[in-house]
Amino acid sequence: MSMTTTVVAPVAPTDTARGAEVPPRRRVAAWVGLVPFGAYVVLFLAIPAVLAIASGFFDGDGAFTFANFSAYTNPTILQNFFASIWISALTAVLGAIGGALICFALLGTRPERMLRSTVDSASSVLAQFGGVMLAFAFIATIGAQGVLTKWLVSLGFTTNIFNNFNGGGPLLYQIPGLVIPYLYFQIPLMVLSFMPAMEGLKSTWAEANATLGGTRLTYWTRIGVPILAPAFFGSLILLFANAFSSYATAAALISQGGIIPLAIRQQLTSETIVGVANVAGVLALGMVVVMIVLMTAYSALQRRASRWRR
Amino acid sequence: MNSRRLIAGAALIAATALTLTACAGSSTPSSTAETSAKTATSAADLGGIDALVAAANAEGQLNVITLPPSWANYGAIISGFEAKYPNIKINSANPDGSSADEVAAAKAQKGQSTAPDVFDIGTAVLQQNLDLVAPYKVANWADLPADYKDSGGKWYYDYTGLMSVGYDSKVITTAPTSITDLLGSAYSGKVAIKGDPTQANEAASAVYLAALQNGGSADNIQPGIDFFHSLKQAGNFLAVTPTQATVASGETPVVIQWSYNNLAWGAAGGTSGNPDYKTVVLPGTALGSYYNQAISVDAPHPAAARLWEEYIYSPEVQNLYLASGAYPATLTAMQTAGTVDKTVLSTVGEPPASFVQLTADQATAAAGLLKSGWAAAIG
Repeated sequence: MSMTTTVVAPVAPTDTARGAEVPPRRRVAAWVGLVPFGAYVVLFLAIPAVLAIASGFFDGDGAFTFANFSAYTNPTILQNFFASIWISALTAVLGAIGGALICFALLGTRPERMLRSTVDSASSVLAQFGGVMLAFAFIATIGAQGVLTKWLVSLGFTTNIFNNFNGGGPLLYQIPGLVIPYLYFQIPLMVLSFMPAMEGLKSTWAEANATLGGTRLTYWTRIGVPILAPAFFGSLILLFANAFSSYATAAALISQGGIIPLAIRQQLTSETIVGVANVAGVLALGMVVVMIVLMTAYSALQRRASRWRR
Repeated sequence: MNSRRLIAGAALIAATALTLTACAGSSTPSSTAETSAKTATSAADLGGIDALVAAANAEGQLNVITLPPSWANYGAIISGFEAKYPNIKINSANPDGSSADEVAAAKAQKGQSTAPDVFDIGTAVLQQNLDLVAPYKVANWADLPADYKDSGGKWYYDYTGLMSVGYDSKVITTAPTSITDLLGSAYSGKVAIKGDPTQANEAASAVYLAALQNGGSADNIQPGIDFFHSLKQAGNFLAVTPTQATVASGETPVVIQWSYNNLAWGAAGGTSGNPDYKTVVLPGTALGSYYNQAISVDAPHPAAARLWEEYIYSPEVQNLYLASGAYPATLTAMQTAGTVDKTVLSTVGEPPASFVQLTADQATAAAGLLKSGWAAAIG
């Protein structure tokens, strides 16, 4: 899930004075303060990313080539990209809606009370709960021998959705089955990244709306949604990237590949089809391109969504 | 603007540093003993087995890689080595990794003390990386049949299993007698293989076995791919990688894999095994595949690596392979010399008079078919 670090969901506009002048000396100090982070990003994100992608332009003997790009004529690879994109998009949308509804419900509670801080800290833990542990939790719940699966069988549903989905065996070990474990970390991540924006809504705005004769509906359509839209779409992108780059959960559940991170593993570690490790770099480039397209669309969208602020 | 230049500068410095460390990898060995062990092609080169043991003791460590304790008895083999040579500590890296992982580790950790010393490696990956291995001939080199070893000593077969069907006898009450039995409704959602055949050799071997049992041959594995297509259509194929734990819990009741793994996960696995788990090698053409032993040319502990090979080919360890259901490479010589453990051999069963093993060219052709056809067959 390394990609998540590259996307940061914007929070709702705050009313700090924008463009306030900072004295030049302090500006230099601020840059110096940024150096450790900059060095970290370069060493652990930029250089590995460039090296990984550059490997796609060389063959096994180190000669420059474009031949690795022929992977994109392989229907299996294209299908994997398609599956990766749809599963990321679906879990991002479902996670965003679910998470936003939870945030909305939490707005009704007092910020300093137990409930909200509990949901907040639970979300920060659950949003990071992925990989083999998560896979195991779901194997124990809805796997072929899972508690829920066995319970359904004991009720008389000897073949049910969990042990025979779409005629292909247990749901959990198929690509559509990934939606369930993915939502498990997507929804808390949405709560985590969207809650600050929701909290940014000021009660005075609702009062002003009421004073001017607006209804609750006009409050949401004219004030709430326009203010929250950039943060919502930003979080949506974050969720997409989170699912798109997720590897360990899928690797623990599905043995036959089907999404791009698993295809990259297959190219890198194959014992049977040897000498294709450099194709992985080309696939990584494809993932970066998908994210660049999304980020570009997002920034265009955000510019439009925040037009009223200028 | 300034900051961008700064970042570019930092990137350059980092890149230079990386290149320098990579170059520093090929440093010259420090002592003469190490030099001679690094190039020794037999124990005699070092002045006999005792000198080899002394040199290995001086190194004090041995790095092995991708040797799962429940695979071909490696748990017992490793602890046996440590008991026999108490001054040498074995570091076992990435037990569940693949042959490709071994090569990747050897390349990435070249020159470091953590780099692998010895390989237990699949033929296809080995043949692509012959520059990574150093020639060495164990004392009983003659016990290995001529086609089981490289005449130059770069690699040598160690053991083979036979592709077999393991099944939980509480779930599958009648033992399968042919591969087509697995298409029956009793096997609904139950048949698993060891990963993705386009990635893992053991999974690919399950496809090759299906081919041999279904009118295909080592030259044409398409019937095997077609078989798994039918298995998927019947709803019997289970797309999860089986482990000892999934077999014990009943999550994967039927697994097609090497006989030594199926046997190890059954009653032989003791408390972590599944006592109801049985193994059958199907009648008809059997499929085997020898793994190879080889010593890394960049081994950080060259004497210990050579001592490990001497240990591996000793009758006691060859019998340990046999006890797991794997047939060791020197079995015929051991049967002639009478050093084979006869009770173990009768439990495991005599090796079949002949079994198919894919040649390097056949494996390449099979991989090509898998690459183009596998995903669609089970998609």
